[in-house]
Amino acid sequence: MGRTLSEKVWDEHVVRSTAGEPDLLYIDLHLIHEVTSPQAFEGLRLSNRKVRRPDLTIATEDHNVPTLDWDKPIADPVSRTQVETLRKNAEEFGVRLHPLGDAEQGIVHVVGPQLGLTQPGMTIVCGDSHTSTHGAFGAIAFGIGTSEVEHVLATQTLMQDKPKTMAVTVNGTLPDGVSAKDLILTLISKTGTGGGQGYIVEYRGEAIRELSMEARMTICNMSIEWGAKAGMIAPDETTFAYIKDKPEAPKGAEWDRAVAHWKSLVTDEDATFDKEIVLDAAEVTPFVTWGTNPGQGVPLGASVPSPDDFEDADEKIAAEKALTYMGLEAGTPMREVHIDTVFLGSCTNGRMEDLRTAADIIQGHHVAEGTRFLVVPGSAKVRLQAEEEGLHKIFIDAGAEWRGAGCSMCLGMNPDTLAPGERSASTSNRNFEGRQGKGGRTHLVSPEVAAATAVRGTLSSPADLTLVEA
Amino acid sequence: MDKFTTHTGVGVPLRRSNVDTDQIIPAVYLKRVTRTGFEDGLFAAWRNDPAFVLNNEAYAGASVLVAGPDFGTGSSREHAVWALMDYGFRVVISSRFGDIFRGNSGKAGLLAAKVDEKVVQKLWDYLDDNPGAQITVDLESRTVRAGEGVDAIEDSFDIDDYTRWRLLEGLDDIGITLSHEDDIAAYEATRPSFKPVTQHA
Repeated sequence: MGRTLSEKVWDEHVVRSTAGEPDLLYIDLHLIHEVTSPQAFEGLRLSNRKVRRPDLTIATEDHNVPTLDWDKPIADPVSRTQVETLRKNAEEFGVRLHPLGDAEQGIVHVVGPQLGLTQPGMTIVCGDSHTSTHGAFGAIAFGIGTSEVEHVLATQTLMQDKPKTMAVTVNGTLPDGVSAKDLILTLISKTGTGGGQGYIVEYRGEAIRELSMEARMTICNMSIEWGAKAGMIAPDETTFAYIKDKPEAPKGAEWDRAVAHWKSLVTDEDATFDKEIVLDAAEVTPFVTWGTNPGQGVPLGASVPSPDDFEDADEKIAAEKALTYMGLEAGTPMREVHIDTVFLGSCTNGRMEDLRTAADIIQGHHVAEGTRFLVVPGSAKVRLQAEEEGLHKIFIDAGAEWRGAGCSMCLGMNPDTLAPGERSASTSNRNFEGRQGKGGRTHLVSPEVAAATAVRGTLSSPADLTLVEA
Repeated sequence: MDKFTTHTGVGVPLRRSNVDTDQIIPAVYLKRVTRTGFEDGLFAAWRNDPAFVLNNEAYAGASVLVAGPDFGTGSSREHAVWALMDYGFRVVISSRFGDIFRGNSGKAGLLAAKVDEKVVQKLWDYLDDNPGAQITVDLESRTVRAGEGVDAIEDSFDIDDYTRWRLLEGLDDIGITLSHEDDIAAYEATRPSFKPVTQHA
């Protein structure tokens, strides 16, 4: 019988398989950052162990780093200690590190692909749940905890139960102005935050095939937000073209061998999935969240729902709590929700295409009074490329803040945070209570909606701007 | 890791669903480089509220948390497990856990016991009626028990065989894996040369 994409990649990495035990899986690439690694390195030191494969390990600084004054020492002493600890650990254990100020520094999930280290058919892990991003290349990629980080450092393997398989097939074509972010938010609103639990999901179908690599990364990035173990997309010519000539991509004859192998990484015609979901891309519209988990979303054209709209008792209570936290009234049109801060960035939407899309929309407009617009490139390389293309000027001229690379306002861990009660439209991945700062209120949006919202000061789509101008 | 066979302790009803790991411990508490001392970050935003269940003295010294579905979703931070353990919890009972959280629990020695939603409801009602009451969680027999007499609650919970065995034995994963070092080396010898490396000679 045929096998699915994920089964093929899984099978290729089984070091040891015994009945009644998880498989021992080989890890091709281990990404490290400052937050989830210090206790793992400390564990190695205490056990007198070393990093088995420093040559399959790479580190960068992203969660704690400031996006202003990033050429100066980090002001917060606790953050500075954590970053300095990573530097010491990288040196002691021989791990390649791209520190703040380095041209390859950035959000770990932006750095891997742009270096060409993320390739089809690999197993990739990181002490960060958005490691699922790398599945866009046809890799099995997932987030792990610090104990597992230590395990991978010491053994280059992980013990893992084989997940079930799920296909999400998206037929048709996404309408103009509707992006991958709208698609994944729509999907999560249908499945809930636990709908993917226990599955490796393969996104497939015409609408997925038509997506760029960066858009595919946005989709796979948010797999974890509906609970999936990992998300994957089969590699194709789009994938190969993206990887070719990247710094760490295979070269010469090795490239040909690699591509020949990558072409075999597709789900066989006669393979079966444990579960299948089918979506029609034509029905997807700009989508935003109203609540405090990524599944609590509605089309931008809809209104804030009422707890009475939910039949399930838990969902009803969750909706009540979410509306109170978010300070929203049921029945308010989403388009009338005032936004204090717009955040464009993160491992979900902090890549070149996201910046180009937003710049294109905001060009000739100005950020609304009473709203601030933070533009944070996902990596130093994205920042430099954007500056070469003059995008920073477009943002600055429009009244936006142009920042250095990092996780920034995606999570309340560095100076970029929301104040209590402050409301954001954010291209990041989580609208949890307090995620962007204690008491902060987050609406997840696409880069298109982010840019239009910055101009109007209320949740908006680019189509709304045309109306304003006319 | 300490062995875990059976545990009896005060149960706390956390009547919330979708308690993500940002709620369990906000990111601002993740800056430490140590392995202990995370109890102050546990449910940090909610603990300011005097009505929050952990602020109810009846539940002082609690060690068994009974939570709504989708507990521990979101971020991979193992600090969420550490914060629960540093506070004194040994067991979390829920009908559904985030995958990474459940995995992290097994590694760190926190028992994540998956039960039917109805069992969570029964335990919540029991704990509300009897604040400070104890719950027993027996890993050997995979059962959770509370109360006495006709109203006694006894039901089974799910945990995968391998994690159960490791918790019962208190085993260290890395040690187990390194006993298969030959298999790892043999696998490495077969890896295709086109796979990327981060360091070049």
